[in-house]
Amino acid sequence: MALEAGSDAPDFELLATPDQRVSLSEFHGPVVLIFYPADWSPVCSDELSMFSAAHKLFQARGAQLLGISVDGPWCHEVFKEQRNVAFPLLADCHPKGEVAKTYGVYRDDDGTSERALFVIDSNGKIVWSEVSPVGVNPGADGALRAVEALS
Amino acid sequence: MSERAQLSIPVGPDDHSIGPLDAKLTVVEYGDYQCPYCGQAYPIVEQLRTDFADSMRFVFRNLPLANVHPHAEAAAEVAEAVGLQGKFWEIHDALYENQHDLSASALLHYVEEVGADVNSATKDIADGGPRQRVEADFEGAIRSDANGTPTFFVNGVRYDGSWLYEPFSEFLTNVLEG
Repeated sequence: MALEAGSDAPDFELLATPDQRVSLSEFHGPVVLIFYPADWSPVCSDELSMFSAAHKLFQARGAQLLGISVDGPWCHEVFKEQRNVAFPLLADCHPKGEVAKTYGVYRDDDGTSERALFVIDSNGKIVWSEVSPVGVNPGADGALRAVEALS
Repeated sequence: MSERAQLSIPVGPDDHSIGPLDAKLTVVEYGDYQCPYCGQAYPIVEQLRTDFADSMRFVFRNLPLANVHPHAEAAAEVAEAVGLQGKFWEIHDALYENQHDLSASALLHYVEEVGADVNSATKDIADGGPRQRVEADFEGAIRSDANGTPTFFVNGVRYDGSWLYEPFSEFLTNVLEG
């Protein structure tokens, strides 16, 4: 089961680039975690395009977007560059899917993660989460509203 | 979950709209001038507008995905600037019909071609009005859970089916007869 509103958001440290790590606890404002199954899969690309496009709306509210999938940092680099993803993509690849597992959104049957969104407040609490069917692009409205409700 | 996402900004007098105001069907497209799928949807929408001429109102709003389509925002602003001169649909059509070239010089050429005043369009763009409108459309799209381009809303509810001609036409017929 995916972690729900009210739970503490488990901290993590993941590669954001092949040589640079990022941890959840280093962000002070609200964070939106965007778990998606894989780089290059068509719905993910649309979903990340929407979030990239909406990035400035989140930024204006002091929120940090973070994408996470089980792909490696090298794959993320090329994907980010090609699609101009406007926020970090974290590599949950070693041990594979560990962070997805702690958030309850790892898909054991195909070794990817669910398409899931978590909004985390500045105290590290999950205030909103949503798991969408893998083939459905959830849109950015729910997360944006959850971020707005924090201020 | 956004299974039946709703249009957050109702269709109003400021919208670019074509077709009868009291039509039984109101179709809103959130689109991007550089998006190839929108380009593909363009003639389908044209056909549907012809088929449902008496019963459908069509509204276009901007959802430029600038991170993947570098010319999309500029094209949207040009369309809005020309819209201020009352020639929105002319430039809208010209942009989709020439989607392969949306460079700055080409955009100005289309403005001229549809008979709009290039100087006044350029000035309006520099003044920022068109940009504000595009940004407002954009935020409305995000609020409505538009999930890519094109996203269609039929009578205020997001249409998640295929927008290829046959399924879309069948869906609209059903709504109309429903």
